[in-house]
Amino acid sequence: MLGRLSFADIPVDVPILVGTFAGVAVIGIAVLALITYYGKWGYLWKEWFTSVDHKRLAVMYIVLALVALARGFADAIMMRTQLALAYAGNPGYLPPHHYDQIFSAHGTIMIFFLAMAFMTGLFNLVVPLQIGARDVAFPFLNNLSFWMTAIAFILINVSLFIGEFSQCGWLAYPPLSETQFSPGVGVDYYIWAVQLSGVGTLLTGVNFFVTIVKMRAPGMTWMKVPVFTWTAFCACVLIMVAFPVLTVVLGMLGLDRYLGMHFFTNDGGGNQMLYLSLIWTWGHPEVYILILPAFGVFSEVVPTFSRKPLFGYATMVYATCAIMVLSFLVWLHHFFTMGAGADVNAFFGIATMIISIPTGVKLFNWLFTMYKGRVEFHATMYWAVGFMITFTIGGMTGVMMAIPAADFVLHNSLFLIAHFHNVIIGGVYFGYVCGMNYWFPKALGFKLNEAWGKAAFWFWFVGFYVAFMPLYVLGFDGMTRRLNHYDNPAWHPWLLIAEVGAVLVFCGIACQVIQLYVSIRDRNLPQNVDVTGDPWNARSLEWSTSSPPPIYNFAITPHVHDLDAFMHDKENGIDTRGAGGPYAPIHMPKNTAAGFMVGAFSLVLGFAAIWYIWWLAAIGLIGVFATVIIRSANQDVDYYIPAEEVARIENEHSRKLMVQAAE
Amino acid sequence: MINRYLKGPARLGGLASVLLLAGCNLDVLDPKGPVGEQLKFLIVESTVAMLLVVVPTIILACYFAWKYRASNTSAEYLPKWSHSNKIEVVIWGVPSIIILFLAVITYQTCHSLDPYRPLDNEANAKPLHVEVVALDWKWLFIYPDEGIATVNQLAIPVGTPVDFVITSDSVMNSFFIPRLGSMIYAMAGMQTQLHLLASEPGDYAGESANYSGRGFSDMKFRTLAMPADQYASWVEKVRSSSDQLDNETYGKLAAPSEADPVKYYSHVAPSLFDGIVAKYNNGMVMDKNTGKMIRVQSAMSDMNMKE
Repeated sequence: MLGRLSFADIPVDVPILVGTFAGVAVIGIAVLALITYYGKWGYLWKEWFTSVDHKRLAVMYIVLALVALARGFADAIMMRTQLALAYAGNPGYLPPHHYDQIFSAHGTIMIFFLAMAFMTGLFNLVVPLQIGARDVAFPFLNNLSFWMTAIAFILINVSLFIGEFSQCGWLAYPPLSETQFSPGVGVDYYIWAVQLSGVGTLLTGVNFFVTIVKMRAPGMTWMKVPVFTWTAFCACVLIMVAFPVLTVVLGMLGLDRYLGMHFFTNDGGGNQMLYLSLIWTWGHPEVYILILPAFGVFSEVVPTFSRKPLFGYATMVYATCAIMVLSFLVWLHHFFTMGAGADVNAFFGIATMIISIPTGVKLFNWLFTMYKGRVEFHATMYWAVGFMITFTIGGMTGVMMAIPAADFVLHNSLFLIAHFHNVIIGGVYFGYVCGMNYWFPKALGFKLNEAWGKAAFWFWFVGFYVAFMPLYVLGFDGMTRRLNHYDNPAWHPWLLIAEVGAVLVFCGIACQVIQLYVSIRDRNLPQNVDVTGDPWNARSLEWSTSSPPPIYNFAITPHVHDLDAFMHDKENGIDTRGAGGPYAPIHMPKNTAAGFMVGAFSLVLGFAAIWYIWWLAAIGLIGVFATVIIRSANQDVDYYIPAEEVARIENEHSRKLMVQAAE
Repeated sequence: MINRYLKGPARLGGLASVLLLAGCNLDVLDPKGPVGEQLKFLIVESTVAMLLVVVPTIILACYFAWKYRASNTSAEYLPKWSHSNKIEVVIWGVPSIIILFLAVITYQTCHSLDPYRPLDNEANAKPLHVEVVALDWKWLFIYPDEGIATVNQLAIPVGTPVDFVITSDSVMNSFFIPRLGSMIYAMAGMQTQLHLLASEPGDYAGESANYSGRGFSDMKFRTLAMPADQYASWVEKVRSSSDQLDNETYGKLAAPSEADPVKYYSHVAPSLFDGIVAKYNNGMVMDKNTGKMIRVQSAMSDMNMKE
């Protein structure tokens, strides 16, 4: 009846998990009780869960990303603490069975549910507004993408309390991840969580690709597209090409595990090297999927706060496209030590280094954007300058490891760990947080608190260096990744320093939480409210509409005359909004519960398949198909906002603008 | 000396000096063999080349941000300036030149430091052959020419090139002795090769550099590099062991176990290593001399095939 699920699978003997469960349960019940007490269930359901509005989905994605950050960081500081303790015979407090799950979950959650969700949130918030569109091309799919990501994150967290998570690292290399060596449910949790979220990501890629290709405002030719949208576009191309590879390779691993096939087993003609090659065919483009939008954020923020156009726009676009193409030619650098010949290694090593040229050019472009500007030290600029310094170092260590011979001693060491945290924290995370601080008023209508934002930056910035510079040293000292305990006395002091760094990063996260709390508390203070919709005197179209924008974004589709469309209009006295009309009725998509239902049934399917509860899996699968069919047959998916309603909303905004101007 | 520093009032200074000493003594940057020496030179050389761009970039990032801060109204302000061919040439050109330089040394070192390439050695010493098997979770070293085997201890004579052939009878691992140089993966059914040489006697850490499951953290060995006469007596010591490695004892050894002590085997069934490779390849193994697949002729071929 319950497949291989039994009470023995509930880890009541692990105090950390019992405590975590108690904490999650208390907080969860409190949140649910509060929602019920204030009678907000209907509001949440109607206005948020079923919403197809990209702006609402953006907020939900970023909330999801921040929850994932909390989980992923809890894993991180547990690992650092284990390694600070587990020295010279002391086993530490995490036995391998638990520790191995933690590092596997940390990587999986940080990449798929922090970074990808945060990135998709920023796409949702910015791209349609920046190109002057009223929504994305497929609003329903957008909602579905969110729910697939969200339920995959729920599934991964269920593994904390029911069964176990994978103990095979975030990429689950076979043969370790095969049934022979990992017979438990851990790897199945991994496969199902990543596969289900992969559906969401792939749909997002298609959705935003079509949106950017088809829905740009009149006049916005390709070389007038803002750089953030360009980077989103390239990331979507990468998603569409790379994610199917991930789906296939995890599907093959699933066939090995579920149907006893031999794609990657030791015996029966399986080949583990094929898995490495395929997973990195996805994995390397994946890191560029994450970093390109961060580059896009800096390309918006630096010009805005330097009061100058971006230096070398065309170069920036070409560099982005070059990176997009090159990122598919480098995957072998993740396994130089697998015994490929010298010429093969040399090709992929050199291809990897070549990527550093367009990346370096981008850095110089941001530098020369500040050059002869008027740089305002808003919190976003702290993250931007911190990024430029940190990412440069991360890029350098990356090129070092791109030299195959050097990789022969650095591969899989803590040097590698330091390198990719250097680019993922210093690049991706700094970029996304910078973007969150920048676009927050656009999403919610009030600014984030500056002082706490700057405090968060300093803790993160210093904490990053304290936590990860020792790891570079440890890599040179021959310390490999994923060790649970060690007896080399030379490693211990460095790991203690790294622990201090992790605590500093914790303070950084705490500052971000306080920043959010203080900003929400003070949201009605006049200096925090964004009445104009353009709090930073910015350059691109998203700032031409109100904050938060009306549901239809633009009452009148803007016409684009120049690269920095909104700045051009401001300088030439053109009213981008077209205030006063005349307005026409606006065609909008209706909210739908279908995305939520497909997600819920997928969660049931995934959970049941992990535990071999086949009848329940059948219900989940049938539920998914039935929902999709019902949704497809539904013709009542759109409506018109009457012109009078548009006029009322627009005139209200105009009135507020005039009041503000009068003051 | 060090103790005196530590007793000093500045405890922080003491810690710093400990770290500094550790810094001068890092395994990878203090190699004990020619492969490691060349890799160290390569790392230093490439880092210096890149610092030529990295340092100015970081300085410029700080300098521009400071100089053109909004409050510094005396700095020049060009609100429309966004293009310069001269700057574009420099920012594409300089990184390209450095990458060109790195590409050349990459190509050269890929060939000169290919782990599969036998080492040049002036003394023309006859290489020592060692067959390495990664097991759950220990390392088995077979000395086919001596007919002996050890677990978690690798002894090699100083100044003699060592030709490793590496496989796994379990999951993927990576064979790595940081003080000597390169690593290479160990994979079931496959034979990877590695050539190393120790130029100084010593006791060097060896490890798996690829996570392999529960017992991974204790999957380490000591590499004893010793002068030829000591090595000879070490071989005799192993030969005097009462343990022998045949199909039965190998089966017991290969069963998963953690933090295994050093073991010596005075005799090894011939072509044990080939049998371990062949059992994942329908009894076939690649002949090292001809590159052709041949059937293993040994007792190992009756060994139970792994499911």
